[in-house]
Amino acid sequence: MAEGQVIDGIYFNEVWEDAGLDEGTKKLTPEKIEKVINKVLEGETGARLKVYVDTCVHCGLCSDACHYYLSHDKDPTYAPVAKVKQTMWEMIKKKGRVSPTFMKRASQIASTQCNVCMRCAMYCPFGIDIAYIMSVVRRICHFLGITPLYIQDTAHSHAVTMNQMWVKNDEWPDTLQWQEEDAQEEIPTLRIPLEKEGADIMYSVIGPEPKFLAQLLYQAAVIFETAGLNWTMPATPGWDNSDMAMYTCDNEIMGRVKRVHFETARRLRVKKIVMGECGHAFRSIYDRGNRWLAWKMHPVYVEHAIEFYYNLLKSGKIKIAKKYEESVTLHDPCNVMRGRGLYEMARYVVNEMCADFREMEPNREHNYCCCAGGGVINCGPPFKMTRMLGNRVKAEQIAATGAKVCISPCHNCHSGLEDIVSHYKLGVHVKFISDILYEVMEKPGAV
Amino acid sequence: MHGLYNFVRGPLAWVAFILFVGGTLYRLIAMLVIARKKDNVVFDYFSLFYGLRSIFHWIIPFANRNSRQRPIFTIVTFAFHICLLAAPILLLAHVLLWDESFGISWWTLPEGVADIMTLIVIGGCIYFLWRRLTQPEVKFVTFASDFVILAIVAAPFITGFLAYHQWLGYKFWLILHILAGEVMLVAIPFTRLAHMIYSPFTRAYMGSEFGSVRHARDW
Repeated sequence: MAEGQVIDGIYFNEVWEDAGLDEGTKKLTPEKIEKVINKVLEGETGARLKVYVDTCVHCGLCSDACHYYLSHDKDPTYAPVAKVKQTMWEMIKKKGRVSPTFMKRASQIASTQCNVCMRCAMYCPFGIDIAYIMSVVRRICHFLGITPLYIQDTAHSHAVTMNQMWVKNDEWPDTLQWQEEDAQEEIPTLRIPLEKEGADIMYSVIGPEPKFLAQLLYQAAVIFETAGLNWTMPATPGWDNSDMAMYTCDNEIMGRVKRVHFETARRLRVKKIVMGECGHAFRSIYDRGNRWLAWKMHPVYVEHAIEFYYNLLKSGKIKIAKKYEESVTLHDPCNVMRGRGLYEMARYVVNEMCADFREMEPNREHNYCCCAGGGVINCGPPFKMTRMLGNRVKAEQIAATGAKVCISPCHNCHSGLEDIVSHYKLGVHVKFISDILYEVMEKPGAV
Repeated sequence: MHGLYNFVRGPLAWVAFILFVGGTLYRLIAMLVIARKKDNVVFDYFSLFYGLRSIFHWIIPFANRNSRQRPIFTIVTFAFHICLLAAPILLLAHVLLWDESFGISWWTLPEGVADIMTLIVIGGCIYFLWRRLTQPEVKFVTFASDFVILAIVAAPFITGFLAYHQWLGYKFWLILHILAGEVMLVAIPFTRLAHMIYSPFTRAYMGSEFGSVRHARDW
């Protein structure tokens, strides 16, 4: 870890090597920066940005909302408002005439020191949306070609394959078939229906599931089979609901990816899309992508896994055989809790499944971010320590529950929490809801 | 001295009120026009019910988590803002001026109460100044303009207090007081004091997003 240092007159609170940032910055010229900043500010922002900047009274009340700020012993450079000061205020004040090094720091802040979790919007008395301002900064960095390398690669994957992980068109049905065959050893009647037009539900997942979390597809198939649902998965691109282009603010790619996803659901004439336990994908389908495509809300109803499991348990389509004994706590992912208010449903599901549920403090909308979401974990190994040092409060919050298992119904949170658990040696297992549900549910069809 | 008094009390007051009202209307209309043109999303998602729900949770002390976490700040800021608005509007001397000029008047505060409220505003300014100078998260985002704005707010109350108590020359403090009040009025639409104009809108918009789209609470 490099300590904070001043480079070309710009203060960096952390210094890491990242090819995307380092090489990208070398190619910048002051003229290009000025042109891009003004193009974005004039062409893409309006009343919101202007009013947010003019309304902020620099009171600092948003500080305590941020896990980076709290975890760095209240280092003021990590406070939400400080991130705006070090990026947008300066760009506006200088009318875009800022240095390449300034932009490198701006990209570092917006892409790796902010998870756009929107907790600070709940602490600002005026409701100023700092996550939105950071997204505008990311958008500028995207046009300037100074997005961190790993997440840029992921955005490229979306652009080329319409999925996050460079999964090829034949690998996808292949993986499903492999999971289907495995699951048939447990439930012989089980199928993973592909391309079934007129099914009630299209189930969509994120790229990493077929890539290295294939057991989640297995578990989902068991849940669908047991509940007796009429469901399908697409065999074509459009199966992946994830969207890192949303987080690099490459909105054009985000729009393409979401359009393919929705059009696939329409082609299959399903009544709704059910999606796996992922937060950012939900945000992209429910909040950002649909808006970019000028749909006020999602054009096909999208049900997050939490709501899906809730309905299954509530209606008795899935029954619990024996409750999970180990003590569990629940991490509230920003995109489905602050973003969709599923916290009570999540608690119902957890309480139905588990005998010993312990709340984290604070919880629900006020839960601390995982520090992995918002594309930060997707910025890859160069910024792993940014996440570890930036989220000590999460480790403390989990440890205080004394629970042995931390349930995280979101992929980014899940991976981020696993890193935190191992870095801070918490000895806690991180699990998805489906991991436990699969384990404790009745499976009448099983042999 | 008397000519100067007539000038600040007469034409200059007109100028200040016209700039305040005109500037406020200008900022509001400009905001709505630019929102209509470039941020239509704001209107699409706006919800009066959820907007008001959010505003209520933020204009009532301790009705949101952040204000419970910071009890001292909450008490100071609420006392400050209430006194800042109420004292000048309900001050007997001010209402007499309205009566004298336009023949309109309304209920006024007992003078002793107004005096205490003035001190609360000045105390609030001192507290905010202390925060800006000592609290790292505030200091880091403080600019010279923040001190100027604080001074603009404090000045009418300090000079008004001195004029009322008639220490060291009533007329002198009175003229300064009127001038300071006029500066503050004009500053409201054209500085970050514009949060007075904008904050109901930003709050209501965030409340709308949280209420009708996110189905979550924003307090």
